[in-house]
Amino acid sequence: MELLVIVLIGLLYGSGIYLMLRRSMVKLLIGLLLLGNGANLLIFLLGDLTKGRPPVIPPDSNIFKEVYADPIPQALILTAIVISFGLQSFAIVLLKRVFLLTGSDNLDDLNTHDTDI
Amino acid sequence: MNNLIILPLLLHLFTAILLLALWRRARIHRYISVASNLLILLVAVYFSIESWNTGIITFQAGSWPAPFGITFVLDTFSSMMVLLTSISAFAISLFSSVAVNKARMKYGFFSIFHFLFMGLNGAFLTGDIFNLYVWFEVVIISSFVLMTLGGKKPQMESAIKYVAINMLASVIFLTAIAVLYGLTGSLNMADLSMKIAAIENQALVNVTALLFVIAFGIKSAVFPLYYWLPSSYHTPPSAIAAIFGGLLTKMGIYALFRIFTLIFVPNEFLINLFSFIAVATLITGSLGAIVKRDVRRLFSYLIVCHIGFMIAGLGLYSEIALTGAIFYLFHDIIVKSNLFMVSGIIYRMQGTMKMAKLGGLHSTYPRLSVLMAIVLFSLVGIPPLSGFWPKINLFQAGFMEGNYILIGGMIIASFATLYVIAKMWTEVFWKDRDPAAESEDGFALMKRSDRISLVAPVVFLTVVSLYIGFGAENIMVVSKHIAAQMLDSEPYIQAVLGK
Repeated sequence: MELLVIVLIGLLYGSGIYLMLRRSMVKLLIGLLLLGNGANLLIFLLGDLTKGRPPVIPPDSNIFKEVYADPIPQALILTAIVISFGLQSFAIVLLKRVFLLTGSDNLDDLNTHDTDI
Repeated sequence: MNNLIILPLLLHLFTAILLLALWRRARIHRYISVASNLLILLVAVYFSIESWNTGIITFQAGSWPAPFGITFVLDTFSSMMVLLTSISAFAISLFSSVAVNKARMKYGFFSIFHFLFMGLNGAFLTGDIFNLYVWFEVVIISSFVLMTLGGKKPQMESAIKYVAINMLASVIFLTAIAVLYGLTGSLNMADLSMKIAAIENQALVNVTALLFVIAFGIKSAVFPLYYWLPSSYHTPPSAIAAIFGGLLTKMGIYALFRIFTLIFVPNEFLINLFSFIAVATLITGSLGAIVKRDVRRLFSYLIVCHIGFMIAGLGLYSEIALTGAIFYLFHDIIVKSNLFMVSGIIYRMQGTMKMAKLGGLHSTYPRLSVLMAIVLFSLVGIPPLSGFWPKINLFQAGFMEGNYILIGGMIIASFATLYVIAKMWTEVFWKDRDPAAESEDGFALMKRSDRISLVAPVVFLTVVSLYIGFGAENIMVVSKHIAAQMLDSEPYIQAVLGK
């Protein structure tokens, strides 16, 4: 199980960085998206994967008797997902605006700003 | 009482929400924003005196004891950062009440402004590393909106680069936090400080530290990660550039200082790395500034160049060096904000930022020129103005450590700054203006009250910077105290964990 998640994280980071190095703006955005998901899975993995043991103390005892799933990584991932959701939706709207203004999806076409505001 | 240390943050939040409720009523936005910034400034002054007198104040959110809950910590460093941010915020809000156009205000400029400062104050006050990440995100998403507000083509082009690199930095920061959590099982900075020291496999710790260097290095624009800054900071209006130039990169520097004195105490490898980064940043930044012919692009490169002086403090890593670096940080926040406001006034006067087309400001505005000269000279660090004193400390520390390459870098950067400012002064103020480039003087056409609102913040920040220069012994005492707290993190850990 852990090996599977490790390979998946590697794939997400690798493909994310590959896409970021492309010249297309949409691919840049997808790359960032994949990288963010890779980071979320990494938090999940490093909090130790524990199957089917929620962090709830049974009613007949005062302490945990068995290994339990760490709740902190889940809280962290939830926060990170919400944040990256906001960032990504902003980035998509920004991309659309830039495309409407420049008529191009190529990052190399963005160096025209000689004018100052 | 302890709960109130997050008051600067809460007041910004309340102001932002209030302004959202008054959507599109630009005139009211200005008054509320300036008044609230003044109030926050007073609160920040009160808390910096309080924390100076009583020591480190902590607040455990929701009464969850550290290291389980989120801790907010007000030590001298945090309180001074909050104070300087509030000084700068007050000046910039007064400046932007005139300098930012009505359309931008109607679409929530001031509201986003307050969200951004809430994020900054949160980042300075928090004692939890994941919470620091969240505040960083609050700041960057606000800065995205500020950068794109108005929607002009150059702004959009630079925003793509700015957004992409900042999202990448966030992912790297998150990865670093994930690895750190996997290593230690904690997120509280004081707790991490103890647990990191106890880890046997220090190679893993070094790799994690490097991830943090990259994440914060992108935010604070150090060599070789600064290329996004000069290609994006010159496009938004001056008031917004003043926030970015004065405060956003400094947040990265604050985080570097905090993480690399409290959690990862630099070993020889990291010290060498920082001193290399410092030299490279100083030299590449000044070379960039020398070739630029546009005032605001020149200032953007000077931001990069002067970041090097602060990194030099980490590269030398002694009490004297850290004192100098912190002093420089204080000076830089005030002067860089002021510099971009000055560039905004110049733009109002002559309608361009290109040096070839500017000119003759000294003959048209003799008194304002003197004011601007003080700002520029304190940037260069001509004694007894504010940029001079921290350099003495950094040089002294450099000689003590025998790091002559770093000293050479600092000397080159200082002379390059002097050269570009002298060049800018002759081009913009002394040279006769090219008659072909004559344009309407927007500044002279403005109402008298508007002109005062533009000049008053510059005067205010200049007075603060003059105080930093002439009252240097007081600032030095504070900086020394902070540097001592950095090198001996025991009181911080005790205050947070209550042991």
